[in-house]
Amino acid sequence: MPNITGVSAVDKLSGPERHGPPQGARASTGRLGDRIFSGTARGAGILVIAIVTLVGVFLLSQAIPALAKDKVNFLTSTQWNVDATPLQFGIANLLWVTVLSSALAMVVAVPLGIGVALFITQYAPRWLRGPAASLVDLLAAVPSIVYGLWGLQVLGTHMDGIQGFLIKIFGWLPLFQDAGVAAASTILTVAVVLAIMVLPIVTALSREVFAQTPTTNMEAALALGATRWEMIRTAVLPFGKPGVISASMLGLGRALGETVAVTVILSALAGSAPWSWSMFNGGETFASKIANNAAEFDSPQKAGAFMAAGLVLFGLTFIVNAVARAVINRRKAFVE
Amino acid sequence: MTAADVTSDSNLAALRPPASNAGFSHRSRSRALRNHLARVVMWLAFLIALVPLVWILWSVVTKGGALLLNSTWWTNSQRGITNRMVGGGAAHAIEGTLIEALATAVMAVPVGVMTAIYLVEYGRGRLANIVSFTVDILTGIPSIVAALFIYAVWVTTFGFQRVGFAVCLALVLLMIPVIVRSTEEMLKLVHNDLREASYALGVPKWKTIARVVVPTAFSGIITGILLGLARIMGETAPLLILGPYTKDIATDIFGGLVPTLPTMINQDRTEVLQPAVDRVWGAAMTLILIILLLNIAGRLVSRLGAPKT
Repeated sequence: MPNITGVSAVDKLSGPERHGPPQGARASTGRLGDRIFSGTARGAGILVIAIVTLVGVFLLSQAIPALAKDKVNFLTSTQWNVDATPLQFGIANLLWVTVLSSALAMVVAVPLGIGVALFITQYAPRWLRGPAASLVDLLAAVPSIVYGLWGLQVLGTHMDGIQGFLIKIFGWLPLFQDAGVAAASTILTVAVVLAIMVLPIVTALSREVFAQTPTTNMEAALALGATRWEMIRTAVLPFGKPGVISASMLGLGRALGETVAVTVILSALAGSAPWSWSMFNGGETFASKIANNAAEFDSPQKAGAFMAAGLVLFGLTFIVNAVARAVINRRKAFVE
Repeated sequence: MTAADVTSDSNLAALRPPASNAGFSHRSRSRALRNHLARVVMWLAFLIALVPLVWILWSVVTKGGALLLNSTWWTNSQRGITNRMVGGGAAHAIEGTLIEALATAVMAVPVGVMTAIYLVEYGRGRLANIVSFTVDILTGIPSIVAALFIYAVWVTTFGFQRVGFAVCLALVLLMIPVIVRSTEEMLKLVHNDLREASYALGVPKWKTIARVVVPTAFSGIITGILLGLARIMGETAPLLILGPYTKDIATDIFGGLVPTLPTMINQDRTEVLQPAVDRVWGAAMTLILIILLLNIAGRLVSRLGAPKT
């Protein structure tokens, strides 16, 4: 059954090249109907390739003129003055906030997701397995704007205590310095919300992989006298590791690109705000920068600057997703 | 689920030899303790995961539920309603959301289903691998990037205005991979015997697919479409970039103004006046309700009509 998170291990494990239906090459005799039908199917596939290619091409073609006029280093500058006549924009701030919020989210979501997946596949009583999986999947059904609203107005009001506690203990580290931003609108709050949003993705795929652990491996461990936890550590986790890595990457891709929840929660700083490493700071991610300035795309030059930011985001998620796929494909070879 | 059978406690005791000295050391207290601890941690992980779900649903229901009980919520728009006034409804936004979703589905479903058919029934070799890879990339594409791309094509290149149809185009990009993946899974579940029987009767391949394979997997495909709809209805980023909000009813997807539930929430999310705040949560509740209904419908369809294999 297709799951709600849109990711699934099943299709990745048994590719068409392995367990596919018979070719029926004889059945496809070049009759008009066959030619039209197979042509349409192939055309749809090619259309998908074309779309993804065009996304890259269009963003690139519109970003290049703006990048050419950029008077500061695109990668290292923290400026973002797209109204200034010598165009000045750099992504250092955006990159830091994007990476930090996503990384913090993964620190929470990956261990929790593995725990939940192990619970559902190994520990839960049989009657609870289905409902438990559906409940966690339900988290993926909540729209991101509702996450944003809830994160800012409900969760955010409870973040003061946590933030104060962390600052008191770790305040001497740059990452934990007080930045004077309201606790509801910090990178940390965003990270917590992102963690909740990617949890169903990490859980769904990990769960599927854990459930596919060969029974013989598990029985062998138990027969050697392993406790259930030792069985999980020696049989289930090693088998599921590539799947978990892949699941985490997919979750990371989602966290990097999340737009609206971040836009709603994170307080955008003034352009003159000093650089800070702190997770209690505000700021903007690639996605929220674009969303916050959607009304400003009036000139091609300005739009180009945002296209450049979007292009970097596309590149980041592309790499992360490609790695996720490569990892699961290597496992496929291993299982065979 | 057969793998899980061996882990139930009674079987576990039966499987474990009384004294083992191969592989694992004798069962000591620390090992038992660790085993117990692991069980507690897993239960805790699950309970922690439930906290945000319950908390979010609770917040939305308590803050926005009351408005939905009023029949005007479902019949009126926000026309002429200011932030200080109580009243008005979300009919314009509900209508807009449904229209957008429908228009998106009309474009995304044929492409998605045909791509899945290509991957499962025809695709071999290099091209199929590339298609499969790009579907993965499309799955991971952030909605804001899809919106930017459509902006670059629709507004910057062709010089059109921001309209509902452009939003649909961006949503198509997000819906296609969901449909491809779920349809693919369902087509793979169709037994090869059915295909072979059809070929043996001299039915051409395209007719086999259209009359045997797809009908067999039909309920699964419908489930995929419903889940795809659920996914795109909650998307907000393309609306922010391409679909200006209006308080009035606007059903023309080429008309420029696009009232939807996500943008209705977005519009007033910074308001502090109580009537506006209530409406924001009411819209959130309505949106969640619609998406939940779609999900439940999807599950029901897939349960009632599981592939006849």
